[in-house]
Amino acid sequence: MKKFTKLGAVSALSLIIGASTAFAENIKIAFIDPLSGPFASTGTNGLHQFEFAADYMINDKGGVLGGTNFEIVAFDNKISPKESLIQLQVAIDQGIRYIAQGNSSGVANALTEAIKKHNKRNPDDRVLFLNYAAVDPALTNDKCNFWHFRFDANADIKMDALTDVIAADEGIKKVYVIGQDYSFGKAVSAAANKFLGEKRADIEIVGDELHPIGKVKDFTPYARKIVASGADAVVTGNWGADMLGLGKSVIENGFEGPIYTYYAAGSGITGAFGASGKDRIRLISQGDVNPINSDEARATYDAFRAKYPEGNIDQSRIFNVIGMLGEAITAAGTADDVIPVAKALEGMKYQSIWGGEVFMRPQDHQLIQDMHVGVHTDENIDFDYDNSGYGVYTESTVKMASMDSATTCKMKRP
Amino acid sequence: MNDELTTDPSKPSQRMRAGSLHLTLTPWVVAAFLLIVLPFVFTNNSAITIMNQMWITVIFALAYNMLLGQGGMLSFGHAVYAGVGGFACMHIMNMSDFFASFPLPVLPLFGGLFGMGLAMIVGSFSTRSAGTVFAMISLGVGELIAACSVIIVAFFGGEEGISGDRTYAMPFFGNEFLQPIDVYYLTSFWVLLSAALMYLWSRTPVGRMANAVRDNPERAEFLGYSSRWVRFYSFVASGFFAGVAGGLFGINYEILTEENLNTASSGVILLVTFLGGVGFFFGPIIGAIVFTLLQTVLSLQTELWAFYVGALFLATVMFFPGGLAGVLMMHVPAIKMGKAGGLVVPYIKTLLPALIGILGLSALVEMTFHYRHAATGDNEMTLFWTTFDSHAILPWVIAGVITAVGLGIARVTAPALKEAWSEANSAGGKL
Amino acid sequence: MDLILVNLIDGLVTGLLLFMLSAGLTLIFSMMGVLNFAHASFYMLGAYFAYQISIALGFWMGLLIAPLIVGVIGAGVERYGLRRVHQYGHVPELIFTFGLALLIEEMVQFIWGKNTMPYSVPEVLNFTAFSVGANSIPAYKIFMIFTSVAIFIGLLFVLNKTRVGMIIQAALSYPRTVEALGHNVPLIFMGVFGVGTALAGVAGVIAGPVLSTFPGMAFVLGSIVFVTIVIGGLGSLWGALVASLLIGWITTFAKSYNIQMSDILNGVGIATPENLSDSVLRDLWTVTSPQIADILPYILMVLILIFRPAGLFGKRES
Repeated sequence: MKKFTKLGAVSALSLIIGASTAFAENIKIAFIDPLSGPFASTGTNGLHQFEFAADYMINDKGGVLGGTNFEIVAFDNKISPKESLIQLQVAIDQGIRYIAQGNSSGVANALTEAIKKHNKRNPDDRVLFLNYAAVDPALTNDKCNFWHFRFDANADIKMDALTDVIAADEGIKKVYVIGQDYSFGKAVSAAANKFLGEKRADIEIVGDELHPIGKVKDFTPYARKIVASGADAVVTGNWGADMLGLGKSVIENGFEGPIYTYYAAGSGITGAFGASGKDRIRLISQGDVNPINSDEARATYDAFRAKYPEGNIDQSRIFNVIGMLGEAITAAGTADDVIPVAKALEGMKYQSIWGGEVFMRPQDHQLIQDMHVGVHTDENIDFDYDNSGYGVYTESTVKMASMDSATTCKMKRP
Repeated sequence: MNDELTTDPSKPSQRMRAGSLHLTLTPWVVAAFLLIVLPFVFTNNSAITIMNQMWITVIFALAYNMLLGQGGMLSFGHAVYAGVGGFACMHIMNMSDFFASFPLPVLPLFGGLFGMGLAMIVGSFSTRSAGTVFAMISLGVGELIAACSVIIVAFFGGEEGISGDRTYAMPFFGNEFLQPIDVYYLTSFWVLLSAALMYLWSRTPVGRMANAVRDNPERAEFLGYSSRWVRFYSFVASGFFAGVAGGLFGINYEILTEENLNTASSGVILLVTFLGGVGFFFGPIIGAIVFTLLQTVLSLQTELWAFYVGALFLATVMFFPGGLAGVLMMHVPAIKMGKAGGLVVPYIKTLLPALIGILGLSALVEMTFHYRHAATGDNEMTLFWTTFDSHAILPWVIAGVITAVGLGIARVTAPALKEAWSEANSAGGKL
Repeated sequence: MDLILVNLIDGLVTGLLLFMLSAGLTLIFSMMGVLNFAHASFYMLGAYFAYQISIALGFWMGLLIAPLIVGVIGAGVERYGLRRVHQYGHVPELIFTFGLALLIEEMVQFIWGKNTMPYSVPEVLNFTAFSVGANSIPAYKIFMIFTSVAIFIGLLFVLNKTRVGMIIQAALSYPRTVEALGHNVPLIFMGVFGVGTALAGVAGVIAGPVLSTFPGMAFVLGSIVFVTIVIGGLGSLWGALVASLLIGWITTFAKSYNIQMSDILNGVGIATPENLSDSVLRDLWTVTSPQIADILPYILMVLILIFRPAGLFGKRES
């Protein structure tokens, strides 16, 4: 009996895996991110942007290498490092050479290590890791490797730009830093302390704390502490439900000042804040759509809206990922051997569809780009988020942020 | 293993009887043969990775069933013993000098020892009573240790976990375990060894006393056994094998994170064990294989995999409380009486239409999902190797008709199947 | 001083919300022996139904109708699912509720999608009731307190002063005897399950706007409801109340004050080791109370189970 079940199960297994390897030819990009579970909304929205960008920027324009199309293959990692590693292996077996992932630095850490080991042990089918959103600074510092490229600004770069804005506001004397208790939250806290100390020594950090990630039901006690500390501004790296919970609670319980955030937009968060967050929530990000920079960008967003009426382009760097990969493959003349592609990506200067030039810094594979600080508002909004009428309006821009920042990366090249 | 036919897991008094101490060799030889041959059938790395995951889950589920099926103890925090064993192995992997003088295949043993150590500490107070008190203590301890994983960074490495490199171990007969296939045979060796040991354990006096204490602790006490210590021994042994599974996990993935400890993992192993069937030794093996396939392979095919898995669990628990193993074993009496052949035709008549009907139903579910959530203008969807327009009426009609007809036929033929079933299970009569 | 008062109020709100969930669960658990893992899912259903109804008919109709729907669904689950599984024993029942929780979460995502729903506090209650120092207390919180207190009093009245309540109390301890006296125990079970899930629904309706309505809201709540009823003592309404408030206050106060482990250890006379960053126990020394706030209830539960397995107000060991 046992034998029979095993046989049945594994023949099903081979059938399914075999079925998906049958057709080929396209340049496939594996999208490994959560498509089920508590973080599914972020992952699904990212997938839509990837699929749209691949069609709009590459396939509709005739593909690369004389007509080869991009194809996004979605893998659900359930935001679990273990599942991500299994899906990575499945993706590699399907002949996929490009792995895109972004949600959770924990998963990115696991993937970058696994890809490094895989490429060392299997020189015949090496893969590249296109990290579009995991911003733990370690990934381009101590843990950097040749196969990893980060297209978002890391937590330090973002904080550098954000503190420029905070430092320029004379009204701010006391700042409260709060974040999730893990590598990224700690990185945000460290960067805030460092940059605020350098730029405005008179600003007092009245609170610096970490809360358990994804486990806090009610942020009221934290909000009370923030109010009681007399802070003028709150700085947080929270994302997802933790961002929404913290923001709502802080506003509700009587905090009057601005809240500086990394991720308080899109995926339902903008819609849920609505009027209560107006002119209160500020956001550091690499992409700005309000005001929109060019007619080309407007046409792109309109096309996206026509396809996904409920979607947001809240991770516009995804378009840079696709565009830059396309150019690198064209320059390398091949998509199968990732080393020339990686070499072409290194040091690439690229004109982003959303405006501004970006530069892939060769020392650590960190993309250097303009950073924008925007405010959550319903005025002068070209493109809102969540169909709520509210969006993020850019108030200030830092050109080529942290171009010369130091890195501890000692990259080994093949 | 096919010698326990009379067990009916729905009746507590009949759950998993300890058989005789002699060990039938045949199933083990077959299992060993299969383990060796499978990689030649499925040669690609992802199939091997998935099989590795299966065998790890098999050990873990068998260890869990030592508590649930054999000892009647319901644990909500068993992942911590596997996790702690795995973390300990990762730390050993990172002690470069020690690890370099050390063959990799021995590593899971250390995982087991650490899992056992933790089980001894926790078991010292949690096994005093069974039932709800034990279950809730296991839940509390599980939550505590899972929460510690982000607080005690020195041991658990915080959110990003602890990672290492298995290839730094002393080469084992020249093998550095570079490829998944090398790890596959290491894992297979351990799965066979652990399963055999756990089977033998269930045949020892301690294992049999665990059954007795599960069914009636009072009587066991009157016979002079301390039910508390019997539970303790089962718990510690289960912790050991869970730790072995954790160590194998570490060797396979070379990383351990908070997810190896949290209550979600503990819940999953409970579901896996139950799906396979707690009443039989080999139940958890089936559960682990089926669940891993569902989780890893089905999720490649559909976003709604968790929906189907949830539905499968509900159906299993409502209609087959003995789990998949229970369903298989239900047929043993019929086979023994040589009447199983009479079941084949009614089975085909009922189950095939039912299967088609269920597939039709799932097609309807997928189409509804696509209709609601796909991008505007993106009307094309591919299902069962056919591509069609989910906004047109025809596919809906087809799927609806298939569902209705399939389930309808199954319904009509069900009484005949029932009759054939009772015929096949009654002694004597025509044939 | 201000902060203490504010924290008392916040803890009360948290505790009472927890009570609404645990009140139903403790009745279900003690009567049927079912650890209903789907209880928090009914709470989530309450919030989503109320959101859907509030779009069409406004918040108040949602508050009225949503719990009723949830209760009917709950009763249906008992009648057509649990009752069938009941004959197989407690573990299958538990797995059943486990699978149900999984299924409900998937259904919710299927219907409403994966994003957070813009379910918000009604305009009538969207103002600051009063302020303590710089801290404002929203009127909605006062509303939450009154609703849950009203429900507690109502429950207490029904259980202690009415005939139905007497039968339920009797069925809690001696179901067979009650059945022998001619009462329809399965019907009572179904009723209790329905009412219990409806209470969870009420909790969802009023918690949805403040704690956000999203598919993970049941998961975030997690197993804390079980902890509450175990600490309080199975089957005891007063126990559930006391334990809920206790947990509400403990977690609120632990989060509001940054108590460092090193302060405590220094206080009892253990000196901080030099070279802390090299010490194996460094993480223990730097632990702060907000970090461990959410696991304090679990520690409390384990201690109570070891030293007083019947819980604070429980009469029997489970």
